[in-house]
Amino acid sequence: MDAILFFLFAAIAVVSAINVVVQRHPISSALSLVGVMGSLAVLYLLLGAEFIAAAQMIVYAGAIMVLFVFVIMLLNTGAEQSSRKGKVLTIVAMPLLVIFLGVVSYIIQRGFPDSPLVKFGEFTGGGPKDVGMALFTRYLLPFEVTSVLILIAIIGAVVLARKEME
Amino acid sequence: MPPLPVPAAVPLSYYLILSAVLFALGVAGFLFRRSLITVFMSIELMLNAVNLTFVAFSYQHKQVDGHLFTFFVMVVAAAEAAVGLAIILTVYKNRGTLAVDEIDSLKL
Repeated sequence: MDAILFFLFAAIAVVSAINVVVQRHPISSALSLVGVMGSLAVLYLLLGAEFIAAAQMIVYAGAIMVLFVFVIMLLNTGAEQSSRKGKVLTIVAMPLLVIFLGVVSYIIQRGFPDSPLVKFGEFTGGGPKDVGMALFTRYLLPFEVTSVLILIAIIGAVVLARKEME
Repeated sequence: MPPLPVPAAVPLSYYLILSAVLFALGVAGFLFRRSLITVFMSIELMLNAVNLTFVAFSYQHKQVDGHLFTFFVMVVAAAEAAVGLAIILTVYKNRGTLAVDEIDSLKL
């Protein structure tokens, strides 16, 4: 059952990711990206990360993607024109990507020849309680620093997006 | 016809390979796409692939630390999306285009 769920949602994730790359219209890419994030949330659940799965759906698929769709609809740029960047990039980059993927897969297979089987329910330390306990004890300082980061991001976004005063 | 032999569980390395595939697709989108917004979405795709690696290793070590790294990556991604989309709005307002090869003022 775990294997079926993994293969199903891994396939959905990969197909949606390919769709993100090949679609010409940004709105189709954005909706495919929501598909990637949703299937990744299911995979997080299989790995026992309940809190992260919920946060993935709420923060990524909810907030961030709504922001993207908002901007796409606001700008209304339409479909992308065909690239003038030339075929050189494609010819050079495509084999490099395939080689990268092959090398990484080889290293993973060699480095983890007997990696553990992923069984749902075997690791139960990813609930909100465990994450909260670690977040407010060992990771308290990084957590506080992120609040400063978010404050800076808010100020930056407001400054960038405000109307120019003539 | 006998049913296909489906394994009961998959090894953890499958998750890592899936994340490598998603990362490579993100890099492909980053390199080949022309629209600034799609390039930005490819970066989000790469961040998601890395998050999957963190959670998978967290499962292997039976520790919650990887989940916290994922959490912090999400926070940074949210902040980045807010600022980045504001920059995209400003660029479009000033130049009327989102094609990355036409926004080249910094080029010599």
